[in-house]
Amino acid sequence: MLIPSPVIRFAAVGQSFGKNDGSAVVAIDGVTFDIGRHEFVAVLGPSGCGKSTLLRLIAGLIRPSRGRVEIYGVPVTEPRDEIGIVFQRPTLLPWFDVIGNVTFPMRHKFGRVTDGERARARDLLALVGLSDFAGKRIDELSGGMQQRVAIARALLLDPDILLMDEPFSALDALTRDEMSLELLRIWTERPKTVLFITHSIPEAVLLADRIIVMTPRPGRVAEIIEVPLPRPRSMTTLADPAFNITANHIREQLFVRPAA
Amino acid sequence: MSAPQLEIPSARGFWQLTALLDRFAPAATFVGLIFAWEAVTRLFSIPSFLLPAPSAILASALDLPWTVWLGHLWATLRVALAGYAAAIAISIPLAVALTTSRFLSRTLYPILIVIQSTPIVAIAPIIVVTLGASDLPRIVITFLITFFPIVVTTSTGMLATPEELIELSRSLRAPRIREITHIRLPYAVPYIFSALKIATTLAVIGAVVAEFVAAERGLGFLIMFSTSFFKIPQAFAGLVVLVALTLVLFRLCGAAQRWLVPWSLPRSEL
Repeated sequence: MLIPSPVIRFAAVGQSFGKNDGSAVVAIDGVTFDIGRHEFVAVLGPSGCGKSTLLRLIAGLIRPSRGRVEIYGVPVTEPRDEIGIVFQRPTLLPWFDVIGNVTFPMRHKFGRVTDGERARARDLLALVGLSDFAGKRIDELSGGMQQRVAIARALLLDPDILLMDEPFSALDALTRDEMSLELLRIWTERPKTVLFITHSIPEAVLLADRIIVMTPRPGRVAEIIEVPLPRPRSMTTLADPAFNITANHIREQLFVRPAA
Repeated sequence: MSAPQLEIPSARGFWQLTALLDRFAPAATFVGLIFAWEAVTRLFSIPSFLLPAPSAILASALDLPWTVWLGHLWATLRVALAGYAAAIAISIPLAVALTTSRFLSRTLYPILIVIQSTPIVAIAPIIVVTLGASDLPRIVITFLITFFPIVVTTSTGMLATPEELIELSRSLRAPRIREITHIRLPYAVPYIFSALKIATTLAVIGAVVAEFVAAERGLGFLIMFSTSFFKIPQAFAGLVVLVALTLVLFRLCGAAQRWLVPWSLPRSEL
């Protein structure tokens, strides 16, 4: 039987950045993992563990100093069409209305937006629950709504891979839980390979199939954890004993080990 | 029992009065100031060559036929607008060049700093000698006084673009020029309009400075001419027209922003 090549593969990847004083900072070191098709993987770790560096390596925005980053078995040397990104801040464009922001990747890449794309953008707005907001100004939307628009924008070019860089960390706690479940619903309707960066343990456990736990300075993989929770997940998942067992296990990884 | 009923209307009346005061306070202050000015000049019999009364200023303004006023106004406005337009046309592409090319930034920026550090009033006579007696030297002087804030503010706006948007652009592998036209320049629009508002004032200053050096028409010339004949009320009348002109240009700039790029204003200002 043929073993399918992973969608994303990190093989002993290290990344160093030069500082102004001439010295180099090692952001991540010896990072190795595979991500399979339509898998939802969370990268969890404290600040300074190089989580965002992982994301930028996959996006092709930076090249690895050591090791190999591959997508579908091909080394990443530049940004590729299969990738959509959602950032920590929505970073929408205030000079476009909501629909204009969703179609922006098309306009920006090809210089124009066809009627077909505009219809696709409306479908995506319906998918993220903003059908009635197509013509609204950006500053008329709440933070959670703006991040929904950013998700729709990332999905416009129908990427296979969705990279999310702490997308809900700027939202209030209630909106954050709501958005997590919304993301799971969207992911069920439009299956993608998702790499979700976060520093929230409950968020990672609730969302992911697997969690890559990282330790800081330099960022290394401490452990890769399979989340033993059934799908579909909901608010009741939070009450599942396996949820707390997994969350506690990660906490030990992050806080107990350095002291030992 | 009836006491609260008596109190409530009077409280409401108090708040209505406060709201009314708040609304008309700016205009009332202004009118009050003019009356105080008139009163002081009469009370202390201040000679009109020291401080003319508002009534004397108005009378001297009416002495000149309105066609003469219009001629002076048009001469100044023409130069101010041409210098302003030239400043916009040159400053914004210059800001784009400075923010996108490290080489241009390193070579052009020091020159701009030198030009900005030169007292334009001091080189104005030289410019007039070099460029001759026409509108051209006056427009050049206006341009030199006006352009620098537009360059700096536009550059600041373009550099304030969030890094994520630039990464989004790169991840889409969009043509590099669109990073500027689709993201950086639109992002700078609120900055550009604040600069353009300040620049309206500078453009009028530039035109007046140029007229002080060499002109036979214009509001700056009128003020110079009036003072040299001790017609101080007439000089003040010229000043009032200049202030009014600057205010109108400033307001027009704000109106243009509201009309052309309403998104660049907070919703409360729409």
